[in-house]
Amino acid sequence: MRLKPLVLATLTAAVCSSVLAPAVWAQAKEQFFPVLVYRTGAYAPNGVPWANGYLDYLKLVNAQGGLNGVKLTYEECETGYATDRGVECYERLKGKGATLFQPLSTGITFALTEKAPQDKVPLITAGYGRSESADGGVFKWNFPLLGTYWVNADVLVQHIGKKEGGLNKLRGKKIALVYHDSPFGKEPIPLLQERAKMHGFELQMLPVTAPGVEQKSTWLQVRQARPDYVLLWGWGVMNSTALKEAQATGYPREKMYGVWWAGAEPDVKDVGEGARGYSAAAMQHGVHPDAKVVQNILNLVHAKGQGTGPREEVGTVLYMRGMLSAMLGVEGVKRAQERFGKGKVMTAEQVRWGLENLSLDQAKLDALGFAGVMRPVSTSCVDHMGSSWVRVHSWDGKKWSFSSDWYQADEQILKPMVKSAADRYAAEKKLERRPPADCQS
Amino acid sequence: MLYRENGQFKTSYRADQQIFPIRQDRIAVGLLLAVAFVVVPGLAPEYTFRAILIPFLILSLAALGLNILVGYCGQISLGTGAFMAVGAYAAYNFHVRVEGLPLVVSLLLGGLCATGVGVLFGIPSLRIRGLYLAVATLAAQFFVDWAFLRIRWFTHDSASGSVSVSGLQVAGLPLETPAQKYYFCLITVLVFALLAKNLVRGAIGREWMAIRDMDVAAAVIGIRPVYAKLTAFAVSSFLVGVAGGLWGFIHLGAWEPAAFGIDRSFQLLFMVIIGGLGSIMGSFFGAAFIVVLPILLNQVPGWFGLPLSTATASHLESMIFGALIVFFLVVEPHGLARLWSTAKEKLRLWPFPH
Repeated sequence: MRLKPLVLATLTAAVCSSVLAPAVWAQAKEQFFPVLVYRTGAYAPNGVPWANGYLDYLKLVNAQGGLNGVKLTYEECETGYATDRGVECYERLKGKGATLFQPLSTGITFALTEKAPQDKVPLITAGYGRSESADGGVFKWNFPLLGTYWVNADVLVQHIGKKEGGLNKLRGKKIALVYHDSPFGKEPIPLLQERAKMHGFELQMLPVTAPGVEQKSTWLQVRQARPDYVLLWGWGVMNSTALKEAQATGYPREKMYGVWWAGAEPDVKDVGEGARGYSAAAMQHGVHPDAKVVQNILNLVHAKGQGTGPREEVGTVLYMRGMLSAMLGVEGVKRAQERFGKGKVMTAEQVRWGLENLSLDQAKLDALGFAGVMRPVSTSCVDHMGSSWVRVHSWDGKKWSFSSDWYQADEQILKPMVKSAADRYAAEKKLERRPPADCQS
Repeated sequence: MLYRENGQFKTSYRADQQIFPIRQDRIAVGLLLAVAFVVVPGLAPEYTFRAILIPFLILSLAALGLNILVGYCGQISLGTGAFMAVGAYAAYNFHVRVEGLPLVVSLLLGGLCATGVGVLFGIPSLRIRGLYLAVATLAAQFFVDWAFLRIRWFTHDSASGSVSVSGLQVAGLPLETPAQKYYFCLITVLVFALLAKNLVRGAIGREWMAIRDMDVAAAVIGIRPVYAKLTAFAVSSFLVGVAGGLWGFIHLGAWEPAAFGIDRSFQLLFMVIIGGLGSIMGSFFGAAFIVVLPILLNQVPGWFGLPLSTATASHLESMIFGALIVFFLVVEPHGLARLWSTAKEKLRLWPFPH
């Protein structure tokens, strides 16, 4: 008998809360940012600074008053770099109102590329992902902002050509690609083959089985073939192993060039002096302890004890990458607000529009505190990449510093390749290219 | 009281030999199916479908396949991931190379290719067993990983080695919403589970079990080890191959060989061991345990408002998971299925145990 009032009260409370909860939720203006990270597993040393940078930037935006008054909320989900875990994270966070995803893994990117158009959620793959997804005409929901692996490979060939005194001097040279044997590592191959055909250099491909600690035979091949240059397409523990092996083999580190995933502190720190002279592409940014945005984070987030990682990490290569990625997402939302109403919470489709019409010019970047960190990005319906600026930075045994001027990938090579690969994808999937009318909305 | 069978008499062999001889079991299974077919699709949110139910169903099928080999025939295999990969990539090749081939046919052909590869790698089982066989099947894992990474023909000349499918249809119906995919997996798994159950109840299943229990004795009573072992490998790889096809086509949509790596093989072996060796039901229990537990462990601290960092939660997950596996193996080496049947035995006598 005495149970009855209790049950009734509970029921009333449950009903009330379920009726009231959405109303409360609608009042608190919050834009939800999912954060797919890997803080554990074989790639954790590189994944952690990225995640910390990403979160710190979101905290910084909140500390500065949010996005026109909209507070940013976020939730992390650990993928461990495994595709099925990533898909689970995607589903979980999508259900919580995520409006954009940054998969942070080539495998997860490939899987989500198939899902995003159905769910109508944009994907930002800043500096990675499928190279052909730069073509917005086919990949409506993918945004490989800041460049792709093809851009990265193209610039490295340009840089090597410049060192040799002109791209035509590459004729007869041998360039070896030491790559992580996964879609990530294979992504640059088509472009390098194209360049090899153009300039007449020989491309030697040396796959390394994931995660990449076993490279003895690969470097034996390097020793035998004595390539003029080695391109290192590695990630995580594979990079430092490669550098150690190069040291053991006696291969000059000055002739090794890494993809930007192979150009951060965790990759070279353990090798220290042994990696001196090694260079890697820096997709837009490098180490920037002095940038204004870094100072802002230190003052507004870390000084208040809200920083996500250790203070010393702020401004390092991968931390900057995470921060930059967060900034691109936030700017996409901000751009969407400009059209669909400032101070409102954007839907995924509106955010997609924002990302497609992103125009981060120098003035805006300066205002955000990114002066000197990156160059302007502007996307369009066709161009989902927005920019293809790359610098090369080198390790002097203690720190990374820029060793080249800005490069831009060669449009004349990249464009037809992107288009034909995107067309091939569209044909395989029986997709139509987006009609021009689709770009207006 | 509910679970007592007095008054249920079998008057024909047919009635005595049915899969669920007790009426209450039949009712329970009927209810379970009704829930699976009618209630779940109406209630489950998209997340439950895509992140829990679909992976659970597909991995159950794979575990079922592996259970036939390990649990019923006693041939330890560490190459399950490889056979899944063969199923997935073969189905993919049929799908893209043969215009207009129905999805179901592609998946079944994928399963057949896996059967071929499975039998091939099963041949060593005629000479070696136990740990040695496990290592031989491990070779399948490495070989298949290598083949799908390096031989470009298998991936339809995809530059990156990752393949993807979309626009799937079954008999003119699109397979796009989570509920449609769930139904497709559910029906496939049910059909194969029923087939598997009948196989293991029949003559061939008894041959497998005889080989498992003592192969010399089995040979003496006239069972041909070659036939029994190779059929076990064939049936097992077929189911695993179909599961691989489903995993790639339905669950992931795009995949690379890493999706079927050695971790997958271990995961499936855990499922079979935890669920219960030599039990069809056990495969489902094991799959549920391994699919749902990490997700639960990941979310539970959040429900209680415990602020755990992602990394801590993830490490905790591994630790608790490992501890639970050890605990289960110590407490009930025959797996969850054995616990389940003990519970049923007790219920049948309850409330008057003797």
